[in-house]
Amino acid sequence: MAIVETRKLTKVFKRGNVGAVVNVDLESKEGEFLVLLGPSGSGKTTLLRMIAGLEEPTSGEILIGGRVVNDLTPRERGIAMVFQSYALYPHLSVFNNIVFPLKAQGVAKEKRQQQADWAASLLGISHLFGRKPRELSGGERQRVALARAIVREPSVFLLDEPLSNLDAKLRASAREELEQFQKRIGTTAIYVTHDQVEAMAMGDRVVVMSQGSVRQIGTPADVYDQPADTFVATFLGSPPMNLLPGDGVILGFRPEHFLPPGVAERMGEHVAYQFNITHSEYLGAERILYGTLKEGPFAGRKVISRIPATHGAGLTDGSVYAFAVANRDLKFFDPQTEKRTTARRLPS
Amino acid sequence: MKGQRWLGPAMFMPAIFYIVALVGVPFVMAFIYSVGDVKIGSEGYHFVGLHNFISVLKSPSFSQAVKNSVIFTISSQILVLIGANILALALKEAFPGRRFMRFLILLPWVAPVSVGSIGWKWILDSVYSVVNWVLVRMHFVKQFEAPVWLGIPKLAMISVILVHTWHMLPFATVIILAGLTAIPRDIPEAAAVDGAGFFRTLFQITIPMMLPIINVAMLFGVIFTFTDMTVIYILTRGGPFDSTQVIPSLAFFTGILGSDLAEGAAISIFMVPLLVIVSYFVLRTAHRAEVT
Repeated sequence: MAIVETRKLTKVFKRGNVGAVVNVDLESKEGEFLVLLGPSGSGKTTLLRMIAGLEEPTSGEILIGGRVVNDLTPRERGIAMVFQSYALYPHLSVFNNIVFPLKAQGVAKEKRQQQADWAASLLGISHLFGRKPRELSGGERQRVALARAIVREPSVFLLDEPLSNLDAKLRASAREELEQFQKRIGTTAIYVTHDQVEAMAMGDRVVVMSQGSVRQIGTPADVYDQPADTFVATFLGSPPMNLLPGDGVILGFRPEHFLPPGVAERMGEHVAYQFNITHSEYLGAERILYGTLKEGPFAGRKVISRIPATHGAGLTDGSVYAFAVANRDLKFFDPQTEKRTTARRLPS
Repeated sequence: MKGQRWLGPAMFMPAIFYIVALVGVPFVMAFIYSVGDVKIGSEGYHFVGLHNFISVLKSPSFSQAVKNSVIFTISSQILVLIGANILALALKEAFPGRRFMRFLILLPWVAPVSVGSIGWKWILDSVYSVVNWVLVRMHFVKQFEAPVWLGIPKLAMISVILVHTWHMLPFATVIILAGLTAIPRDIPEAAAVDGAGFFRTLFQITIPMMLPIINVAMLFGVIFTFTDMTVIYILTRGGPFDSTQVIPSLAFFTGILGSDLAEGAAISIFMVPLLVIVSYFVLRTAHRAEVT
């Protein structure tokens, strides 16, 4: 059963403007970790806020647990939300922050204590009960916000970029922790982020959004390996997929599939291109090669290759090599719609 | 920067001069007068010790004025704070004509108190009162039995409190509105998602978060109210039978109109301890607001 479902959900902030969210159909499965991924302004936060009940949809329906909740207030929807800023109540102690939702529900004092202890022990913050939010580190604040969200055992968890305020080092460990945590409590989660690494690492499924509409929904492997259109192809992956507009088709292949002489040949059928390396970056484990194609239908196009550092020996800037892509790694996009199409004959 | 060393002091000299001339000198003179025998028209100065203070403490008018001052200040501040919170909450929301409403609500503060009070004097007049006219036409009271707003002790007190509240409301509203808009939008939203309704959010989240700001509004309000006599002077002149006489108006009537400068000074000196305490709290709150 779908825990959260949206049907043709649309939000237009100013009449006459393009919608912030346009006709979004979404279905999250029980216990799933669903990630909304998109650049800023893609409507992912607006979509989440509509599900939370903080923003009123212009049209369309939102269902939680099979029930249309459009007219329900946030409190009636049985959801919990972790905000980007954590939105802890600055004047309340950690304990009172955590039990606030329970108090609002009229839960008895003893039960409140019990629930707070349970949530805090799950997150390892019991020792912080007496502190005020301003006395906590970023990571501790995030845990308190999580504890406040899980304490009343909601049917859905909404998370709005909860890791973006942490420093890079902490973010990696918090990411893993959050993911494990969600698996353990088994509550459906909808997670908003603009960070593709977070999305790929954490999501059971990823919803890629751009300009208010959903471009693709699928597992991380789906959206990476089988992108629905050129936007998804270039938004996911760093460096992005090489796109070569040619005769009636856009040819795409990932930098890590554009391989130096002697490697691609081993993978069966392949196409070879003369690759003029203009400059390269050595990143320790791998090398990023920038250059242009020489000869053939795509002559002069800029292309990026990403190869393991161990394969890069002997490749020098300014030289031309015969790089190759295996046929199965080639993607084709329609130049008009920019959607992916079936394999075509390569322009020659 | 060496050549500019004089610039800072030079820039704040006018302020120092202004404070010394208009606040410092009269303040010191009030202390000197309060232990002397100065009257308007008298010559010379004789030290009389605490004579004036003893005489003031024995006077029934004074104890009445102290009581009135306390009632006047506390009642109007309670009304102002409740009203200002409601207004601030209403004005925070976007609605058509909000700017105009904000302007209207600010009007009593920018209009001179005396002008406003004269308007109220007519509104509450015993013969021409528009309030009574409306009450009579709506059959709430019978003609010739309409209340004499400024002529009956209790009604007079209620009237001056309400008019003063009307005058102070905009100031407190603006301060509280500033505090309200300073609360990040996330916080009330988190409360809404956490299941808190309007009143729980208001009393457990919004108001506690605004408490420092509300304190500032209240402390300023107390100072402005406790030392003010304009509304009372224009509406009731402290009457009927001293029922609306407050410490500042009593000091004015005794010292200036009654020409007993020494006793008037002594009366006003009684306001100093309370104002010092309130000022201490104002400064402490302001300091805390800076620290956090």
